[in-house]
Amino acid sequence: MGQDVNLADVSMRFGDFYAARDINVHIEAGEFFSFLGPSGCGKTTLLRLVSGFMDPTKGQIKIGGKDMRGIGSNNRPTAMIFQNLALFPLMTVTENIGFGLEVRGVPKAERIKKVEELIELVDLQGVGNRKVSELSGGQMQRVAIARALAVSPAVLLLDEPLSALDLKLRHHMRAELRNIQRRTGVTFIYITHDQTEALTMSDRVGVMSIGKLEQVAVPDVIYNNPATAFVASFVGETNRLQGTISSIDGEYAVLNTAIGQLSCKNPQRLSQGEDATIFIRPETVFLTKESGAPNLLTCGIKNLSFEGAYAVVTLKTEKEQLLTMRLNNDGTAPRIKTGDNVKVTFNRENAFVLKNGDSSSA
Amino acid sequence: METLQVRDFWNNALRDLGKIGVAYIMITVGAWLVFMILIPQLIMLDYSFRPMLALRDIGGPKDVWTLKNYLVFFTNKLHMAIFFKTIWSSLIVTSAALAICYPIAFYLAKVARGGKVGLLMLGLIIPYWINELLRLFAWQIILADSGIMNQLLIFLGIIADPINFRAGNGAVVLGMTYAYILFMVFPIYNVMESLDRNQLDAARDLGASWLRIHRKIVIPYAKPGIAVGCTMTFMLAAGTVAAPQLLGSPSSFWFTQVINTNFECANWNQGAAYATLLMLLCMIFMFIMLKIFKVGLKELTQ
Amino acid sequence: MKSSKSIFRIVFGAYLALFFAYMFLPLIFMTIIAFNANEVPQITPWKGFTFMWFGELAKDEQMWNALLNSFIVAFAVVAISVPIGLGGALLLTRLQFKARDFVYGVLVSPILTPGIILGISTFLFWDSYMNVPGGLWTAILGQATFITSYCMLLIMSRAQRFDLTQEEAAFDLGATHGQVFWKITLPFLRPALISSVALAFMQSFDNYNTTLFAIGVEQTLPIYIGTKLRSFISPAMNALAVVFIALTIIGAITYEYRRRRELIKTG
Repeated sequence: MGQDVNLADVSMRFGDFYAARDINVHIEAGEFFSFLGPSGCGKTTLLRLVSGFMDPTKGQIKIGGKDMRGIGSNNRPTAMIFQNLALFPLMTVTENIGFGLEVRGVPKAERIKKVEELIELVDLQGVGNRKVSELSGGQMQRVAIARALAVSPAVLLLDEPLSALDLKLRHHMRAELRNIQRRTGVTFIYITHDQTEALTMSDRVGVMSIGKLEQVAVPDVIYNNPATAFVASFVGETNRLQGTISSIDGEYAVLNTAIGQLSCKNPQRLSQGEDATIFIRPETVFLTKESGAPNLLTCGIKNLSFEGAYAVVTLKTEKEQLLTMRLNNDGTAPRIKTGDNVKVTFNRENAFVLKNGDSSSA
Repeated sequence: METLQVRDFWNNALRDLGKIGVAYIMITVGAWLVFMILIPQLIMLDYSFRPMLALRDIGGPKDVWTLKNYLVFFTNKLHMAIFFKTIWSSLIVTSAALAICYPIAFYLAKVARGGKVGLLMLGLIIPYWINELLRLFAWQIILADSGIMNQLLIFLGIIADPINFRAGNGAVVLGMTYAYILFMVFPIYNVMESLDRNQLDAARDLGASWLRIHRKIVIPYAKPGIAVGCTMTFMLAAGTVAAPQLLGSPSSFWFTQVINTNFECANWNQGAAYATLLMLLCMIFMFIMLKIFKVGLKELTQ
Repeated sequence: MKSSKSIFRIVFGAYLALFFAYMFLPLIFMTIIAFNANEVPQITPWKGFTFMWFGELAKDEQMWNALLNSFIVAFAVVAISVPIGLGGALLLTRLQFKARDFVYGVLVSPILTPGIILGISTFLFWDSYMNVPGGLWTAILGQATFITSYCMLLIMSRAQRFDLTQEEAAFDLGATHGQVFWKITLPFLRPALISSVALAFMQSFDNYNTTLFAIGVEQTLPIYIGTKLRSFISPAMNALAVVFIALTIIGAITYEYRRRRELIKTG
């Protein structure tokens, strides 16, 4: 069964370089938790700290309430799935999966039984005697998962396991991983730079920028109520405009930007006069015929890109500012084309203003 | 900062290989390094600086450090002559081997096609599985007074009486070249193999002659291989005892044989000094080779 | 243009033929002479076909003694060189430290040192300071000094291609250091270890320069041959050469046969 993982003030220093700084997070037992962030943000470092390949230069890591400092990776209740899978090439599938049991001295009969159960679990029947080099990408994935689960870990650590697979297989594996996690109840810690993966699979997501944990929340909140500018710009598409707060109205604020006064939510409770950035998701921008609505913008259509289920419209305001708008192909959108002049607006509920911070260029 | 690095080193080592692993490595490599590489060498050096003493005098007042053994060399005209002759002959062997092997290496690396290469390689390696001494013996027979070489020359009417090949260095040089060809071919072949064939084709296409191609493209590229080959061949030639013993005569004494004589007469100190001189020679040669060819010390694969 | 190319071809072909004649003819002569009933080892005058030199060789006690010593020394050298070479390879490929390149240079230096110097230094050390007189033991150590370097290089080239994440994965699954080494690392290194054993054995068996100076009064086969050839030449040595040649050819054929079979198997 899964155990909880607690990171308290964890920092990892390499010389002058901080791979991770003051990380504080509590991961529940049996949770599917993802660390999401761009390459080099330190998520792999965190995974290796939890799995025991190194001890943090500062801070404490507890698994199941027990302090893990000084305990090597072979003695922790964790198992890791490496990015390159690290399957043992000279062994067959069965030998790979049974390896963890073999080194623990589990008697052969019991081992064979357990391996068979796992092969069933990951749906790999029939390939037991093959060498791993003869398998397809998806099959190798499943061997890696089965091998890790064979040692009944309390926490399973996954290092971008799906990045090498093609799209369709990736979708399929996401569902499978989620299933396996639910059935076994093992705590999953998953790291990825793919936000769709993180948002669709996880119970909670921790977004990381360089070495720092920006926000930990359920996917819905991450997407709709990002805590920092970094999270807002890293997750999902967004329109971003700089400005100064001209007035406050309870939960909302009005930001004075280059294209006018825009009203939106103010989750960080910024004060008047502060410099900030407003974030507007493209799918919340819509065409309107009304005039006099707040957040009304008159734009020319610079580009219209039809992408099947929706169209991405690039708008150009009078002040030469570019905005992106997403129109669903549900039959209600008016016929527009490049060069038209339209009026667009957005609801202040759907936009928010955040303090300027480092935002990813993603 | 230093102690931190040392501690990091040990921590990482223990983490990577475990206590037994680290102990194993340290003990085996340590024993090898200290007891087989360093200490014997130092002792030989020490010997070279001590005079030859009767057993009872060792450790006594006569047992001092002295340069006498080296001075003997520098004052002995015969020994110096032999020393330089050894160098000169070794250079000849090296050049001859280079001249012979360069085309062969090039052919193997660039011209011959797949199956042929394997066969030719085998043809090169097989003779080397037979003991060096026996191969030299073969030449001993061929170059003997009643040997095939003489018989052929007499038969062709080129000479009337058999030539004593063993007087003078000819036989030794010939024998050595035969014995060490492999050590010249392989390093050069190895390097040439990685040369992109397309470069040669492109140069050819642009109208360059083969001579120019070799001079400007192949040779510069193959420099590390040539350097390694020449170094190994020279050091083998200068440092071997077998060939001079079998194919030489008292008039073509080799420096290694001088050392051997010293040992046979139990003058280990003198022998040690001469051996050190030989070692210096080899080191200097290697150094020169590295400088000429601008190669680092890392190129050693066989 | 074309004709110059074919002239070149012919010239080079002749060169190649000459080269291989140069390499093989001496051996062919040797073989023929072994069957000549002439006490002087030459092809002419031909005094009749005989096996008597092989008989004389077989009766030579000294030769058998030397042969036995060669085997003893070779086995001992393998037993020393391969494990230490493994240690050296692991040291240089797995551990990071500042003086790495320097240590590499020192450990490889025996290969660059003339054999007689290794023999002399080993002999002096053990005979004078350790009170072990020149003999098989000193020969073993003298040879092992540089043969270990060769083994180390051989194993290193394989070890460098090892994917370390496999070891991490094995650890992560609960294996101890010993288990990781035995089940993961060693199987990977096995081909290089086997080659090392073969290389060490052959180099030891064949060694003359170092052994001559280190071995005192004992004899290995090459020493025996050297002594014999310097004193009294007899076609019995040719017989010995023929044995060597025959073994080599058998070895080469076996090797080539196996290699072709491997190629066919892996398609």
